Amino acid sequence: MTELTIYELSQQGRTGVQFPEPDVPISALPETFKREEINLPELSEQDVIRHFTNLSKLNYAIDSGFYPLGSCTMKYNPKINEVVSRLPDFANTHPLQPIVSVQGNLYLMYQLQEWLQEISGFHRVCLTPAAGAHGEFVGGLIIKKYHQVNKDPKRVKILIPDSAHGTNPATSSMSGFNVVALPSDERGNVDIEALKAECDDTLAGLMLTNPNTLGLFDENVVEVIQMVHDAGGLVYGDGANLNALLGILRPGDVGFDIMHFNLHKTFSTPHGGGGPGSGPVGVSKALAEFLPSPIVTIIEEGDEDLPPFFGFYNPKHTIGRMKAFYGHFGVHIRAYTYIAMHGPKGLRDIGEKAVLNANYLMTKVKQDYHLPYDRLCMHEFVVEGKWDEIPNIHALDISKRLMDYGFHPPTNYFPLIVHEALMIEPTETESKQTLDAFAKAMASIAKEAREDPTKLTGAPFTTPIGRCDEVKAARDLVLCCYIPEE
Amino acid sequence: MFTPHTPQEIVEMLKVIGVDRIEDLFTSVPEKYRFPKLDIADRLSEMEVLAELNEIASANASTDDFISFLGAGAYDHYIPAAVDMLLQRGEFYTAYTPYQPEVSQGTLQSIFEFQSLMTELTGMDVSNASHYDGATAAAEAVNMAFHIFRGKRKKILVSRAVNPQYRETIRTYMQGQENVQIIGDEEGTDFFDENQTFIEKIDNNTAVVVVQYPDFFGRINDYTKLIESAHEKGALVTFVFNPTALGLLKPPGAFDVDIAVGDGQPLGIPLSYGGPYLGIFTTKEKYIRKLAGRLVGETVDDSGNRAYVLTLTAREQHIRREKSTSNICTNQGLMVLAATIYLSVLGKSGFKQVANLCYQKAHYAADQISRLEGYELAFKETPFFHEFVIKTPKPVNQINLHLQNHWILGGYDLSQDYPELDNHMLIAVTEKISRDDIDEFVMALEEVAHD
Repeated sequence: MTELTIYELSQQGRTGVQFPEPDVPISALPETFKREEINLPELSEQDVIRHFTNLSKLNYAIDSGFYPLGSCTMKYNPKINEVVSRLPDFANTHPLQPIVSVQGNLYLMYQLQEWLQEISGFHRVCLTPAAGAHGEFVGGLIIKKYHQVNKDPKRVKILIPDSAHGTNPATSSMSGFNVVALPSDERGNVDIEALKAECDDTLAGLMLTNPNTLGLFDENVVEVIQMVHDAGGLVYGDGANLNALLGILRPGDVGFDIMHFNLHKTFSTPHGGGGPGSGPVGVSKALAEFLPSPIVTIIEEGDEDLPPFFGFYNPKHTIGRMKAFYGHFGVHIRAYTYIAMHGPKGLRDIGEKAVLNANYLMTKVKQDYHLPYDRLCMHEFVVEGKWDEIPNIHALDISKRLMDYGFHPPTNYFPLIVHEALMIEPTETESKQTLDAFAKAMASIAKEAREDPTKLTGAPFTTPIGRCDEVKAARDLVLCCYIPEE
Repeated sequence: MFTPHTPQEIVEMLKVIGVDRIEDLFTSVPEKYRFPKLDIADRLSEMEVLAELNEIASANASTDDFISFLGAGAYDHYIPAAVDMLLQRGEFYTAYTPYQPEVSQGTLQSIFEFQSLMTELTGMDVSNASHYDGATAAAEAVNMAFHIFRGKRKKILVSRAVNPQYRETIRTYMQGQENVQIIGDEEGTDFFDENQTFIEKIDNNTAVVVVQYPDFFGRINDYTKLIESAHEKGALVTFVFNPTALGLLKPPGAFDVDIAVGDGQPLGIPLSYGGPYLGIFTTKEKYIRKLAGRLVGETVDDSGNRAYVLTLTAREQHIRREKSTSNICTNQGLMVLAATIYLSVLGKSGFKQVANLCYQKAHYAADQISRLEGYELAFKETPFFHEFVIKTPKPVNQINLHLQNHWILGGYDLSQDYPELDNHMLIAVTEKISRDDIDEFVMALEEVAHD
């Protein structure tokens, strides 16, 4: 089942939308810069609607079924979010309008900052980063600038556990640090002895994901943070897994200095096929003046008759601007709405049910799959997608076979410290019936692996296309459609 | 709120796990900090939250209320209804990055089509699957050029006529690299004829030269000599372009530039107070392995059907970790889709029509305003696209206050970024503005001059 490209569907002379004729006198175009031709496709509106509707049917999505992609928090995206973010008085505001005409936007952003601060225990939050990796970059640059301002430039080393996401080391390099990997101990925690050995006066900081990518809460987190602080370093929290902690623990309370949020994970804003995300950053009081600019603030306090007047300010030691304007405002509206619909009780309910679902599913799945770190998990868990007695079956085969059972596969081959990893995050919005069905599919696949392994190695059989030749894609690079010459 | 568990199910699930209460699942969390009390307002129902958001939004005035002449990096274009109708399909917006191609061909093919449209639009060899916005794409362009020379060329030359927010973002991105010099845009730089003075600054230590096309003031500059000189010294050239302008103007590829980046917001993405937008990133084929961000390539599946996959992933952070040059992870998926649908539905004739309407209306407006006493078109010698600078008889903020009483959003006050340009207003005109709107604007400007 494949769909032609927009260029293959194109018919010369067709158009999808008409604009009015110019209502002003015609001026000549500048000859030297005039473009001869622009070869865009020519389609009717209906052609376009059918094409993209057909394409959409080739996708698996949360709206179609269970999507247990570990560390991505693929929870249900409430529909009201889509309604409110499209209100014309939000969607049609220009970022450079006078602030007096956008007090609604600024109030919403300010309130979202306040809520994120309260939820996380940080002193101040900046909303501008566009995605989690962008927020991490903010964190890296803040650590760099903090040591610069403190005239301590010899601090060039960032410690990163070996279970960390690839963005952590990449961010550290971009921020100008040397990266040292820290091993995990047999319970999946940071290896304290290894950490101790690295705590010297070149230590700039530690990047820690907690719960980590194994879905485990680091049992020594308070001690780990204390050790880094004692050595003069800062601790960055990767908030990828914050869903597990909503109403359960505030990272700022245990001493994290910086953390990014993923509004598209924890706060239900849609993943959009890979974006837009939003990665606000929270910091401790000592780092508030290092945040990126600009930040929403109250310029004039309100009183009984008048609401406060909102505007922007630039922190004193700011690392600078991370992008144009103020962040992904359309995403901020959705996150605001989600938090407003939960309140303190609802937020704790998210954390509790995310962890309940993960532990329930883990208990069932570990009956057939090896669980390398066998203890209570938080919002996700990692099993091995292989069996010693069936060496030809890999995590990839299990993943592909899951598609035939109607499920999106878990994250596979990550974290790197588990062989043939299958990282499963059910999220709190899934019902017991869905989890039972998934567990049953996993058990059935484990059985098939022994009895009829071709059902795995040949999978998937029911999807629009079969397994793809990724080697060919990289070798014979084709990165755009065939576009016929005029 | 969105958790489906019944009390009975919770009991059953806890029993399977082997604990008595949900609280028992959290024993690894330090007890002292466990279950904090959050000072947040109690939850609202959907009905209440909609009312609340309506009320918050009503404290704004939007471009529906105003006649808007604001541009400066974000543009109020007409978005055909088909764009948002398709974006609201849950199969698109509730999917994630297409890691599993068998169940993600919809997203993958639309990115592939986006890459195709972007190479056609820009005349460049390759496009990636996008960056966050135009500013971060410009910063990633500089970062890429810096790494193409393995960090040995330390000088980055940026024109003062590049969007000020983009220049700030470039500086933020590059502060982690040692001894990088970002110059060329200092106050007092003579950007009125930058092709002369600017060229002289290019040397063998220059990694990349960044200029804007049309520039921040809307001008269409001839960069031919600049590009030749840069290439003679072995430096790369980056264009920051406006996509709508490329409906009429020669594409960056025609000038042999090395990297062309721009903000895709004008391609069917709402203003939405500055985001989410779309960073377009295109370059020459020879730099493809230095390119940051996702790429989609065509291949076949095990039955020989055409299929699309993420490709050249060995460049990316999840493989290279600390050795990668960028940490970018995803792209602006849904915004990519918006731009792809927008260009498909406008097509060749619709897109050229929009570009032409912008051009014609902007020139009518510039002509009418410059006839007013006290107002004058700045940079008269240089052609412009749909933005232009007017020297005003009074400070721009005073004029704009007056215009607001007429429900007109005046142009951007350039003195905010350019002290040398006080009393200079940057005016943008799109196809949404009618001749009557322009005439009203002109009358209001005349009125304020005589106040």
